[in-house]
Amino acid sequence: MSARERILRRLRAAPQSLAPLPPDVCGFYAAERKRSAGDDRTQRIARFCGQMAGWHGEVIPVTRGSWAQTLRQLCIAKKVGSLLYGRNTPYAKVLEDAGIGGLTPYDRPVDVWKTDLFRDIDAGFTTTRGAIAETGTLIVWPDANEPRLLSLVPPIHFALLDADQLHGTLIEAMTAQGWGAAATPMPSNALLISGPSKTSDIQVTVAYGAHGPKELIVLLLVGEGEL
Amino acid sequence: MAVSELKFVPASEFKQRTGAAVADPHLRRSFRTAMDYLMAKRAAQFPDSAALERQRALAEHIRKYSLSRLPDLLEQLERQLTANGIQVHWAENGEQANAIIVGIAKAHAAKLMVKGKSMVSEETELNAAMEAAGIEALECDMGEYIVQLDGEKPSHIIMPAIHKTKQQIAKLFAEKVPGASYTESVDELIGIGRALLREKFMSAEIGLSGVNFAVAETGTLCLVENEGNGRMCTSVPDVHVAITGIEKVVEKLEHVPPLFGLLTRSATGQAITTYFNMISRRRQPGERDGPKEVHLVLLDNGRTQAYADEQLRTTLQCIRCGACMNHCPVYTRVGGHAYGTTYPGPIGEIFSPHSMGLATTHALPTASTLCGACAEVCPVKIPIPELLIRLRGDATHPASPGHAPLAGQGAAASLLMNVVWGAWATVYSRPALYRAVTWLATRLRALTPPIQSGWTRSRTPLKAARRTLHEELARRRGK
Repeated sequence: MSARERILRRLRAAPQSLAPLPPDVCGFYAAERKRSAGDDRTQRIARFCGQMAGWHGEVIPVTRGSWAQTLRQLCIAKKVGSLLYGRNTPYAKVLEDAGIGGLTPYDRPVDVWKTDLFRDIDAGFTTTRGAIAETGTLIVWPDANEPRLLSLVPPIHFALLDADQLHGTLIEAMTAQGWGAAATPMPSNALLISGPSKTSDIQVTVAYGAHGPKELIVLLLVGEGEL
Repeated sequence: MAVSELKFVPASEFKQRTGAAVADPHLRRSFRTAMDYLMAKRAAQFPDSAALERQRALAEHIRKYSLSRLPDLLEQLERQLTANGIQVHWAENGEQANAIIVGIAKAHAAKLMVKGKSMVSEETELNAAMEAAGIEALECDMGEYIVQLDGEKPSHIIMPAIHKTKQQIAKLFAEKVPGASYTESVDELIGIGRALLREKFMSAEIGLSGVNFAVAETGTLCLVENEGNGRMCTSVPDVHVAITGIEKVVEKLEHVPPLFGLLTRSATGQAITTYFNMISRRRQPGERDGPKEVHLVLLDNGRTQAYADEQLRTTLQCIRCGACMNHCPVYTRVGGHAYGTTYPGPIGEIFSPHSMGLATTHALPTASTLCGACAEVCPVKIPIPELLIRLRGDATHPASPGHAPLAGQGAAASLLMNVVWGAWATVYSRPALYRAVTWLATRLRALTPPIQSGWTRSRTPLKAARRTLHEELARRRGK
């Protein structure tokens, strides 16, 4: 008998006097939402910005017409000599035309340039799938165009977020985006990112840039009237 | 990397070590400061106690529901992970788990394994097994890296190096990290660790991680972390091995947010951690990075023993937030190393008897004042004091009828204790005898010994009153 069979046999032999009903998680959150005052788009944006600031992340409101130039200016100000990005995203063409120096596509398997990626890239740029206002959290689903390490290895992470994709809570984002549904199965790697990497492991003193990015800068796409 | 021999100590010597721990002012200060900080941070996250109670009730429900379906969910998880291309392994104990992981490493001719934080791999003593097989196992969580560098083990499940001051860490780095000079700046110390460990992430063939939640329906492994080392270990090397206890599975993705939200708030007082990493597949065709192979090792190691008893099963509801130890007056005074177990504090006191047996851990359930703080803050409402009382009984008595004996059942049984409690029960169940004995005790109070074993080490001697309670009440009624 294998370890698997022995473990499962022991578990199945255990008494079960009470079988709890499945928890109604969505019902719970719907009831909680009724208790709260609710929020509109403006409040969600304000909440997201406040929470992200608490995580040491920076949020810069931009428009569809201005974001690439804002990013270019940020790269100059932060002396970014090489900006890694993913090709074939809805925003790649605008980025490529923005005149950003040192723009480098992540278009090769990591195996052939791992050392260069770790040592020579100053910043990474990713799009996002949305965000969560309650906790100041970005939703990032890496894929073939925007690989996992794009938001992890470079010391600065620039993330483009459409304010239309700002959800109140994690459960609302999961439900609205259909995570794990047949049409939208979970990707190889899905991420929630709330600020730059950090640690409190030495005398509970917070230090940023533990292993991942030292800075997280969110370019928040809003309407002209919302700037 | 230079590491010294492990300074870890057997759990059976818990009582001897507590004296030394309590007498160490540096250790006391480190834990007191850190626990006060963590308690305040947690409290700030839960300003509405009614809302907290609703969340705890839901989280408890999810954990109880998941455990009630555990064998089915484990099979569903295995099916889904396999369909996703992730290989699943089962291990009954630490040796089996280590052998599986060493086997995977050898199949890839690995020389270096980078490790994200995994308490289950501490439980199996994986690092020692890897070193014995000639493979370096390097801890990459900053706290874990620090304790490994000093040949120690974690003293807290969330903050492994909380027992160390920054001066001690500065000295350790200056002595043991090549090229590092002495600095007490926390930013600089973290910078030293970052630079060194980034080189290791690049060269490691295997990355290891724990799992906070495993979702059966989607075949998703969830990891909670702040530093990014977990993401490095699961994204950069060609092979990712995850290891977890069999109890961590939940049925649906929607069961994760309530547990995740309480985990981070209870643990470190954060509304969310920097990263929540959900892994469902290895690198897919066309993807540029990510591991080419992903494995999951499911570990029993005593969990099925706890599962076999419906009261003890509640131990497995734990989501490893560490709030019970942060709020434990005993843990705060003796620190994590005194316990000699992977999981210190209240959760270790109720879990270790299953993973290690009562023969070596029977003293642990007594390391509690039963103040109830642990149960009050537990986000999944584990009745820890009730379980401590139950395990105290299991340590000193045979199993009750209808209950299978635990490993080491009755290991702390003592003839003296049985005689004393037997006499107590006899006296208290016979009113005439009780009155006679208490009358005698009050009249012979002058003979009370001034030294009364451990009691008088830090307290005044116990002495019977001049009159019994019955006499005193009768006297007052007479007035």
